[in-house]
Amino acid sequence: MPKNPQIKKVLVIGSGPIVIGQAAEFDYAGTQACRSLHEEGVEVVLLNSNPATIMTDKDIADHVYIEPLTVEVVEQLIEKEQPDSVLPTLGGQAGLNLAMELEERGFLKSHNVRLIGTTSETIKKAEDRLEFKSTMEKIGEPVAPSQVVESVEEGVAFTQSIGYPVVLRPAYTLGGSGGGIAHNYEELVEILENGLRLSRVGQVLVERCIAGWKEIEYEVMRDSAGNVITVCNMENIDPVGVHTGDSIVVAPSQTLGDKEYQMLRTSALNIISELKITGGCNVQFALHPSSFEYCVIEVNPRVSRSSALASKATGYPIAKVAAKIALGYTLDEIKNAITGKTYASFEPMLDYCVVKMPRLPFDKFISASRSLTTQMKATGEVMSICDNFEGALMKAIRSLEQHVDSLLSYDFSGLDGDELMKQLALVDDRRIWVIAEALRRGVSYDVIYDITRIDRWFIDKLAILVEMEEALRTRELTAELLREAKRIEFPDSLIARLSGRTEAEIRQMRRDNGITAAYKMVDTCAAEFAAATPYYYSVFGSENEAEPDFAKKKVLVLGSGPIRIGQGIEFDFCSVHCTWAFAREGYETIIINNNPETVSTDFDIADRLYFEPLTPEDVENVVRLEKPDGAVVQFGGQTAIKLTEALMKMGVPILGTSAENVDAAEDRELFDRILEQCSIPRPAGDTVYTAEEAKAVANRLGYPVLVRPSYVLGGQGMQIAINDEDVDSYIGIINRIAQEHPILVDKYLVGKEIEVDAVCDGEDVLIPGIMEHIERAGIHSGDSISVYPAQSISPKIKRVIENYTRKLARSLHVVGLINIQFIVSNDEVYVIEVNPRSSRTVPYISKVTGIPIVPLATKVILGAKIRELGYEPGLQPEADYFAIKMPVFSFEKIRGADISLGPEMKSTGECLGIAATFDEALYKAFLGAGINLPRHKNMIMTVRDSDKIEATEIAKRFEALGYNIFATKGTARALMEADIQVRMTRKIEQESPNILDLILGHEIDLVIDTPSQGVGHAQDGFLIRRNAIETGVNVLTSLDTARALITSLENNSVHALTLVNIAEVATRGEGG
Amino acid sequence: MKAFLILEDGTVFAGRSIGAAREVVSEIVFNTSMTGYLEVLTDPSYAGQAVVMTYPLIGNYGICHEDMESGRPWLDAFIVRELSRLPSNFRSEDTIQNFLLQYDIPGIAGIDTRALTKILREKGTMNGCITTDEHYRLDEILPRLAAYTTGKVVERVSCREKYVLPGEGPRVALLDLGAKRNIARSLNARGCEVTVYPALTPAAEILAARPDGIMLSNGPGDPKECGPIIAEIKKLYDSETPIFAICLGHQLMALANGADTYKMKYGHRGGNHPVRDLETGRVYISSQNHGYVVDTEHLPPEVAVPAFENVNDGTNEGLSYTGKRIFTVQYHPEACPGPQDSGYLFDRFMKMMEVEK
Repeated sequence: MPKNPQIKKVLVIGSGPIVIGQAAEFDYAGTQACRSLHEEGVEVVLLNSNPATIMTDKDIADHVYIEPLTVEVVEQLIEKEQPDSVLPTLGGQAGLNLAMELEERGFLKSHNVRLIGTTSETIKKAEDRLEFKSTMEKIGEPVAPSQVVESVEEGVAFTQSIGYPVVLRPAYTLGGSGGGIAHNYEELVEILENGLRLSRVGQVLVERCIAGWKEIEYEVMRDSAGNVITVCNMENIDPVGVHTGDSIVVAPSQTLGDKEYQMLRTSALNIISELKITGGCNVQFALHPSSFEYCVIEVNPRVSRSSALASKATGYPIAKVAAKIALGYTLDEIKNAITGKTYASFEPMLDYCVVKMPRLPFDKFISASRSLTTQMKATGEVMSICDNFEGALMKAIRSLEQHVDSLLSYDFSGLDGDELMKQLALVDDRRIWVIAEALRRGVSYDVIYDITRIDRWFIDKLAILVEMEEALRTRELTAELLREAKRIEFPDSLIARLSGRTEAEIRQMRRDNGITAAYKMVDTCAAEFAAATPYYYSVFGSENEAEPDFAKKKVLVLGSGPIRIGQGIEFDFCSVHCTWAFAREGYETIIINNNPETVSTDFDIADRLYFEPLTPEDVENVVRLEKPDGAVVQFGGQTAIKLTEALMKMGVPILGTSAENVDAAEDRELFDRILEQCSIPRPAGDTVYTAEEAKAVANRLGYPVLVRPSYVLGGQGMQIAINDEDVDSYIGIINRIAQEHPILVDKYLVGKEIEVDAVCDGEDVLIPGIMEHIERAGIHSGDSISVYPAQSISPKIKRVIENYTRKLARSLHVVGLINIQFIVSNDEVYVIEVNPRSSRTVPYISKVTGIPIVPLATKVILGAKIRELGYEPGLQPEADYFAIKMPVFSFEKIRGADISLGPEMKSTGECLGIAATFDEALYKAFLGAGINLPRHKNMIMTVRDSDKIEATEIAKRFEALGYNIFATKGTARALMEADIQVRMTRKIEQESPNILDLILGHEIDLVIDTPSQGVGHAQDGFLIRRNAIETGVNVLTSLDTARALITSLENNSVHALTLVNIAEVATRGEGG
Repeated sequence: MKAFLILEDGTVFAGRSIGAAREVVSEIVFNTSMTGYLEVLTDPSYAGQAVVMTYPLIGNYGICHEDMESGRPWLDAFIVRELSRLPSNFRSEDTIQNFLLQYDIPGIAGIDTRALTKILREKGTMNGCITTDEHYRLDEILPRLAAYTTGKVVERVSCREKYVLPGEGPRVALLDLGAKRNIARSLNARGCEVTVYPALTPAAEILAARPDGIMLSNGPGDPKECGPIIAEIKKLYDSETPIFAICLGHQLMALANGADTYKMKYGHRGGNHPVRDLETGRVYISSQNHGYVVDTEHLPPEVAVPAFENVNDGTNEGLSYTGKRIFTVQYHPEACPGPQDSGYLFDRFMKMMEVEK
């Protein structure tokens, strides 16, 4: 069936800010789909509140709206742009939910807009627990005994009839939010209450616990003619009980025979046929480990994290094909872009093994429980490819960038036998390391299997790795042994460590024996057809098939690895734009990256894609083959920057700012010297290595001080210390994370935080704009609300900032991008941080100012001058719009994480509010972040003593808006003194009803709680904040944020937003 | 023990010997299925061939004897990247290593199977030799490789005696040209009584039993080597009995009716090939295993018309015989290994037999 000619203008809904359970994969899918629609001549209107995405570029869609993802906004947008169709299946659960709401309201029908991709009936059948269950029963597909309940009582009654344990899954939530396994009455009630609240429709599915069964997924496609295919199947190494997003996953399945494989494949195809899905779909199964019994766990009738993984694992572009199917094409009409010979109706065959590992945020949330459940906690993931499982696992481990490179990286050798067995029973992110320790001690596979239910095949693979460790430790390192160690991807550094040699010796030995990495192609067809797409992975012991091309100049672009707190999708945005810019300048582009969720690892972004870990050794292997003319590191975040020195040693020229200058910005002493030369002040501080030194410096400067390791991103390990004990405890924490670099101790200044991104060509500096943070210094810039253009600083200060930026960029000989953070305190400007690289604000500033910062920086890196590119150097005139970047958090996903903000970054994503007035922009930013107030007009305030005066001003404004204010004693007294009507509530440790009951009563809009500074001082506050978050109440921990919120509430209404088409923001200069 | 795979073009791969250590010369073909190695090993259509699995990890779920598609492995040799050291599956009864030894099947592991597949793809299927002799001489081996043909393999793999698989429904005569067990099983499951006949059974004998339908099975080798069988099949065609044929059966029926067959460059072997039903336009993912294909160019439409085609290369995948209750497919609706999507073809055959009654 050819394309439906009635589809001319399509609204694509994106997935909004990055949160746990909804990450970069939707930017990848959405971008691919928009490009696919574009190819077909369809006009695309794009809506997404996330400014760091590539899909919100005007090169990707015709009309781009970075607006809050609410029903009201979509309705207004449909009225304004009048699309004939909405494609809702590419924006994850957020997009799907919005489309469903519009359909239910009858809005789409009354505006003659059709849902394409998949109908609302299909979505309902797949997503509504009751309808899904009855549909499965109708076609004879087994599901675990279950019941949808709408109250706690109902849930308890049903559980009693089927027995504990039970799994609880709220309907219509992301990443299994609010779900869990209940083993007893208390757990059941707790999880049920939470889940009922989080579900959009107030439903929770209670079902027989099938924990311990094999978890198998199929990615399937169906077209409107009813043709169905499987793209890929995947096996979770962690059995049912751990969310697939948190599991180690292997593709294809390894422990299924053809009978099981085909049984589940047929079931998946029956299901999508019955649901009449048109597009991509993910079906999850639980398979009994010792019979053919299986259950359908769930179906996602849309592209998903798993479909992104399947696309990258096979080379089959699911989102692209799904978009074409939505337009009416059938699978056999769509060419496979990788082979150019086969069609989309050809099932991919793999001749390699893919391993995905989750990137979990426990390094950021030290207090949080590491246990893995049906609620996803990972912020991102890595994927690796090898021709054997052991190698793929080893590569995945070192791609995580969590100071792990092998099964030796977490040390459990200190545990005694019983403790080890207990540890083995804990389902957490270090489980494979615990298994490795058990194997070292000779614990049998059967015992390990009985405890973990991880298939013996995987346990044996871990054993092979453990045996290799032992062999390297005890046996003579022969060429044969080395060859085998490399085949299963032991890095040189580890082989050196285990065999007592140096890394250089190992490298030499490899070269002497011809043990080098070879590259194989991901071609969707197991080499059956010649493929046209250079998408490679490395193996040892095979023939190389990546033929480098030396016709053009080549540039190596280093990606940014897994999405983690502090290093998100914005660096992928920068990497991709840089790659495109190099291509336009006539370069052949090479990307190395390992994140399957991103646009940069799509098969048609760079000329050549190497799906590899980003360690010096892995990068060097690519470098030795490709011999690039240069490498760019300034766009890939800290991951890429960290490789600068290694690249230099390999003899690869660093394009743009030189390695010495990158170092100068990060090395405290060098940097101080430069500041001195430029006469730029910075907060007083010093470099130390021990706690004693740190305390001496802190006392000299006077508390509070900022303590942090150098060479970090996202403020990892950074804290404010108010006394000696704090310093001791921080240094302890910092040292727990491997520390190769010194620690910085700085005077903590209270003031306005200002941020600038600039492009420097070595002489001239272009500053697209100055951003100001709403929260005072001390809160990580990534967690602050950022306002462009800066509002509260004088023209004089702006000139000082411009001047400092120019001086610093020149002194550091920056060629390309620089990001500088300032503090303005008492009309004095201090520099607090300089990063000679792109930053998380680059995408949003590019979009609002119309200045294509990354392409400009790329041209500058290649030798162009800012003036030649049509720009007048210096601070650019302010744009016509205000743009406010709002951080978005995923605290409800991480049990036990402290949500109070500080110098360590905690947000997972961001959204943008853009409008002609400051107030509207701010309102949109809050709305985009999900803060949609007022509702019940009840709020709680509990602030530290030093905040009480400011708090009264804010309270007055909320009161004027009709809010009832509850407060604990101290705060209440302060408010009463200012004539505010306040209701006193008991503290958490006092008897009920107390503040906790208020929160759990579900009638509170907002909690304003400013925590006392220092480590673990305020357990009370912690409990209040945690409970509020888990009850779905908005919590603000900074009065600055609270003030911004009330300002936005005072002046706006949801229904009167003006929508801004980013594509109409004029491109400035000719840089585009 | 070291082993070497030597190809007709002189390429040598060094690996490790698996299974029997004896030297073997055969035709090397590749299969892209990611599961189903036991079904591949025991598929009689591979008689006279050595199979390379493109999926690198083989043996993961061990050997489960009930999954065998015939009484023994028929292929000449087995070529893999890596054999699993520990099979893990609740039904696993043995390791693939033991299985190969038990049936005296030689093989080689630890070679770059992707590089080998690429050679076969570029140069076409070719003959090869697996040897454990480190002092092999190319000048001695290469002429032997060039001389090798699979020969008359059908008679070797077909059953010796007729036998009956009881059922209450229609009576089907299955001509065993190297039949996979799941063909009979699929018919049995639909209630048929299946009488399995040796490949060289005269048509008259089959027809004398007055079956409700005749099933022509898959099988190995070059269809043109099956002259006498083709002649008998022509007689089956001339009877009014409904006929359904798979793979070699499909090719022989076409040859019996004046069509030609030719050898493909490297064939279709795997579980992912899309075939289009030319009547409905629907596409099905199929299990395939064939090196020869029917050339429909000179097939007059009054004899038969193409019913299915391969979506990728447009080759014929099935024929519908004009004015006859006969339809034949090149691929494997019986699956095992591979997708079960075409199982409905057996239902179509059942309907055809109902009409007959």
